[in-house]
Parts: sequence; structure tokens; C-alpha cells
Amino acid sequence: MFQLDEEQRLILQSVREIVQKEITPRAAGLDQTGEFPLEAVRIFAKNDFLNPLLPRAYGGVELSTFIFCMIVEEIAKACASASLLLIAQAEGTLPMVYGADEPLKGKYLRRLAGGSEILTGLGAIESSAGSGIFSLPTNAELRGSHYILGGERCFVKNGSVADFLVLYAYTDRSKGSRGISAFVAEKGFPGFVFKRDEDKMGTRGTVYSEMRLENLRVPRENLIGQEGEGFANMLKTLSASRLFTAAQAVGLSQGALDEALSYARRRVQFGKTISHHAPIQFMIAEMATGIESARLLTYETAFLLDQERWEKVGTYAAMAKLVASDAAMKVTTDAVQMMGGYGYMRDYPVERMMRDAKATQVHSGTNQIMKLIIGRDLAGIS
Amino acid sequence: MFDQTSFIPTEKLKALRDKIQRIARDKIASQASLVDEEEFFNHEVESLLWDLGLLTLTFPEQYGGFGKGRTVALCLAVEEIAKVCASSSLLLIIQAVGSFPIIHGGSKELKKRYLPQMSQGRKLVAYLVTEPSAGSDIANIQSTAVREGDDYLLNGSKCFATSGGVAGIYSVLAKTSEQEEKGSSSFFLVERESPGLSIGRTESKLGQRGSNTTEVFLENVRVPAGNLLGREGEGFLIAMKDFDMSRPAIAAQALGIAEGAFEAVLQFVKTQHTLRTPIADHPAIQSILADSAVLIEASRGLTYRAAILNDEGKDNTKFASMAKCFAGDAAMKVTADAIDALQVLSGYGFVKDFQVERMFRDAKLTQIFEGTNQIQRLVIARQILKESM
Repeated sequence: MFQLDEEQRLILQSVREIVQKEITPRAAGLDQTGEFPLEAVRIFAKNDFLNPLLPRAYGGVELSTFIFCMIVEEIAKACASASLLLIAQAEGTLPMVYGADEPLKGKYLRRLAGGSEILTGLGAIESSAGSGIFSLPTNAELRGSHYILGGERCFVKNGSVADFLVLYAYTDRSKGSRGISAFVAEKGFPGFVFKRDEDKMGTRGTVYSEMRLENLRVPRENLIGQEGEGFANMLKTLSASRLFTAAQAVGLSQGALDEALSYARRRVQFGKTISHHAPIQFMIAEMATGIESARLLTYETAFLLDQERWEKVGTYAAMAKLVASDAAMKVTTDAVQMMGGYGYMRDYPVERMMRDAKATQVHSGTNQIMKLIIGRDLAGIS
Repeated sequence: MFDQTSFIPTEKLKALRDKIQRIARDKIASQASLVDEEEFFNHEVESLLWDLGLLTLTFPEQYGGFGKGRTVALCLAVEEIAKVCASSSLLLIIQAVGSFPIIHGGSKELKKRYLPQMSQGRKLVAYLVTEPSAGSDIANIQSTAVREGDDYLLNGSKCFATSGGVAGIYSVLAKTSEQEEKGSSSFFLVERESPGLSIGRTESKLGQRGSNTTEVFLENVRVPAGNLLGREGEGFLIAMKDFDMSRPAIAAQALGIAEGAFEAVLQFVKTQHTLRTPIADHPAIQSILADSAVLIEASRGLTYRAAILNDEGKDNTKFASMAKCFAGDAAMKVTADAIDALQVLSGYGFVKDFQVERMFRDAKLTQIFEGTNQIQRLVIARQILKESM
């Protein structure tokens, strides 16, 4: 059903080799220190897969969403934190790909080309709004040559390390969602205040920042598209982001299952390896079935996105994210369970994967919000 | 908010529960995040638990024991403390588990000598059973105890020993015969200062990080024959009896963790309002509250039923396993839902500032130790089949 061509196979092969050599050995350390994976940035940039979605017109390799998801999956098998780097980059890139005019694209997207190590991200979540993303109260007011933005932003992936970020804000509150606009803001713009990076349960090798916009001055030409186009832009970007989270969750699950399987084949209890015991086989069966169904829905959504069938992408991405992240939570928790006392110890990677899996259920919109999106769409409620 | 009184048979137990509840809230809650973050064993909490008599609850009364209703007392204490700090509650459980072979297997002379040392001298006990190749499969232990004149010579490597590095006394399970059967192992009391006993590395864990988990090595450790607990070959039997007490206690811990997470969500929804309605009126939130409360009450029922049966001297093996299995699974679900609820409401369920992510990590251990929940299911099924014969 999903056939890879020779080039795609080679790309994945090289990703797999680099991950094995460079990312796997660093995963535990990243988790422990909670540091940002600068080394991974360097390695991904050098090998040209920090920004695989970057259009050719701006010096990128412009891979399909489908292959991008497979790359994210490969990295997440070893280290969910490192895979989030690619997701954050895509979140900072896609709003411009979807909606910016030529000069703005040329200015910012080119910076990500070649072996660039420049980081970007998306500041979509208003502090105190949480998943209530649509109630973002930030206002952007045009004063002469600049928009002035206020408000607080939280959980901004790459927030404190990014060179530029995409922000959404109301330019006309009276128009409701049609009054939302998108902007590109650079780190150095006056009024961009970084408050702190969060201390998190999982995906600890990533940066989630809290930021304040204190009359942030954004040049008028940094408006993405036209005023009022922000909401549609945000929906597309968040859909893509949910799809990528699904791919991350699938990789994470596969990584945990691989660890648990290798343990189950070695561990002898009651005179045989535990892989011979029926309760363990049941767990393996449920884990693998969960992963395969999540993977299929993820690939199908990627396929739909590559076909630009936007009328379906939003709901499918929500479904993929819901299924894949719930599967990841169950699979990683079962992996710890299968490995018993060893699974609970930090020497083995599965407890980290379990903590990382929780992140996939809560970021890019919680799974509760995914259910609302799916339910409302199918019930015909806008 | 939950009322345990229907499960508490005596006034004395009620008074104990009330006292612990107050002290847990006032003195233990505030250090829970710190011991998790810094991963250290808090000796101040240990002292507090000694002062309250909670580390000798299951001892004979003349050595500080609670007396009649001791399993329920242990469960109440564990539950109340686990509401605020699972790591601290684990200390109570392991103290009861580790001292069980001594209390129920030690000779009169041995108890006379050691129980005062332990209660007045405030010595912690560790339970040295698990080995690298013997987790669920206890019968497969490799440690040996060989009789030499008036002594036994002990050799072996033990792992995942809770309180391993802070205990003064150890209950050690070792093989006393070469036979490959359940009657081949025995428990021994070993002192920390015994030549040949050494503490290996301290483990870093997913949760309950304020508890101390270490390897312990025994290399030609010589103990007097009088330190044999029970008769030779009774080790497996004692371990099984110990489970009948410890599994309800683990269930109580899981119950307490779930209640702590539930309380965090409840407090949050009661104090937050959106523009039009209190958050607590939202159907999605009510559904989480209802599901969690059902799981908590069902866990409580099984936990105290298993504990009361044990105190009455009746066979509680099936209920002990049911309680441990159900309450552990319930705690995972309730804590996970608590993270989700806080995440939906505030965006902050996943970050460390709220306590629920710790509770979720702490809860996972309850599905694993004192027999994984997979083993519990086997025990339950076997008991049911035995009863129906």
C-alpha cells in the first residue's frame, strides 16, 4: 500500500545509520540533564535533515510529508526529544510555506537552507488558555510601520533557542476567528521577553519556553499573508503538527516494543524465557497491534496531506494523534511492566520512553481536544 | 473527602488515621517534590515515622506494635502518607515486609534480642529476596546458606532491595538445599555490620525516588544457626504469608496515590471559573471525576477487605492479590487522567510544578513490586480454581 522508491529507501537507511551512531548513545544523557540537544541539531543540519520539508525554491530538499513522518519515526525510536527538533522546525516553517508572500519566505526560509543550524518554532499557546487555543486573547495593533503585540505565550517549543518564531494574534477581535493573523517575530525584536524554560516529566531534551510579549514590535512586512488569514493558517499548521506528533508516538512505541522484546527473549523465569509465557505473549500482541494500526492511520494522514486534501486532514490528523499517542502510552507502560523491576530503573530506556509518551498525549493539543475536533467534525458542528 | 470510616472497625484505628492524616499534611507533604527531584532518603521523615510508632506497627505489642487490627492500621497509615508522598509510605511497607520473617519465624531468644534493638534502637529492616535472575520466580534464587558447625555461611547477590542502603537488619532468603523445589530455601536474620556484607550501587528509578533501592552482596557472611527464621525449607512459605500482609499494603499505597491525584484535580476545578460557568460543571470534567471516584472506592473496598481478612486470621490470598492488582491499575488510570485534566484546564499537567506527574510515576511501581500484576492474575486464577474444586 505504501511503497517506497529507491531514493526514499536510501534516505531512511541513512537516517537509521546516523540515529544509531549519533542519537541513540546520547538519549539517556539528554533526559538526565534536561539539556537542549545542540549536538543533534549539528548532526541533523550537517546531514540535511533538520528541515526536510523546506521547499526547493528556498534551498531545501522538500521531501514529502510522508517521508518526513518516517524520518521523525526513525529518530523517535531512539530519542523522542531529538525527533521533536524536526517537528519544532516544521512548525516554524509551515505557516510561511502555507501563507507567506515571496519576500517574507525569501527572507526567513532561506536562513534554514543548506547546513543551517538556525532554529525556529511556533508560539501558538496562550498562557492560561492551555488547549483552549482558540481563545487566544493577544491583540496585535498596527501602529505605523509596526504591529504591536502583547500577551503571554507558554510551551513554545524551541522558544528560548529559536532565531525566529511564528505567532498568532487578533488584529480585529470583532471578526472572531476571521480576525486572527500570523506573524514572524525575531528573537531580537524589542519586547520579546523569555521568562523561563519548563522543567518537564518527559521529552526532557527539548525546550518549552514561557515568554511574554511586552509591546513586541513586529514590522508590518512580517505579517504572514493578509490580515485575518491567521486562523486558517493555524489550523493547517496544527494539523500537520498533530500528524508529526503521531509519527513521533509511533516511533516511540516501536522503540519501546523493540527493547521489551529483546528483554523478553533473554529473561529466564520459571525455567524458560518470559517470551514463552502466555501473559507476556498477550502483551506483545496488544502492543504490536496497537503500533501497526497507529502507523497505518499516520501514514494515511500523511498521504492525505501530501495530496493537500485539507477537508480531511484536520480530522484525520486528530485521529492519528489520538490513536498513536494513546498507543504509545500503553505500549511504553507495558514495556516497563514486561521488564519488571529493571523496566522501572533509569538504566534501561523504557521508563524514559514512558515519560516521553505522556508528552505525545498532551502536546499539539491534548487528546481530549482531539476527541472534540473529531466529534464536532463528524457531527457537522463547526 | 473520602470517608474510610465504614472500613475502620475500631475507635483506636480512627484516632490513628486522623493523627496520621494531620501529620502527613503538615510535615510530610512539603518535602515530597524535593525527595523526588533530588532522589534522596529523608532521615527527618524517617525520624518522624519512628516518633509516631509507624515503623513498628506490625511488631508484637510489647515492642511498639499496634496489636489487634495491625494490617488495617498499616494500610491506613500507608494510604494517608501515600496521599502526599508515596516514597515516604514505602518505608512503612518495607519495614513491615522485612520484619515479618523475624516476627513470625524468629525464635523467642532471637526476638528478645533483636526486636528491642529494632524498635528502641530504631533500626530499619530490608527484605533481601529478589536477585538478578529471580524476580517473579522466587523459587529460582541462587543465594546459598550452608551449615558449618553452629553457623550458616551465606553467599549471594541481591538486587532492588528497598531500604538496602539504610537498613540495620536484613531478612535474607537463601537456598539451604540443592533440591529444585519450593522447600529448598530459608530466611536468615543478618546484621548490617556482618563481615562480608556490602552495599552495591543505589538505583535511580522512574518514581518513588525518595526511597532507597540498592544491591546488597553477601560474601561468606557467617551467621549463628539461631538466626535461621522458621525451620529450614520454610522460606518460600514465609514469603507467601508475608505477601498476604504486604499486598494489601501496596494496594493501600496505590489507593493513597490515586486519592492524592484526585484531590489535586478536585481542588483545581473547584477554584477555577470560566466566564460563564465553573469548570466543575463541564461534562468532560465530571466524567473524569466520576470515573476516578469509582476506581478509588472500588480499590478501597478490596484493599480493606483483604486487610481485615488478614487481621481476622482468615485466608486472604485471593483478595490480597485482587486488591494489589486492581488498586495498582486504578492508580495508573487515575493519575494519568489527572495529568490530562490539568493539562486540558491549565496546560500544566505535564510540568513538574504540579504534583500529579510525580504521582503518575510513583503509581507505576505499584503495578510491579511485591509480584507484578501479571503474577497477581495467576494467583487470583489459581485461588479461584482451588476454591471451586
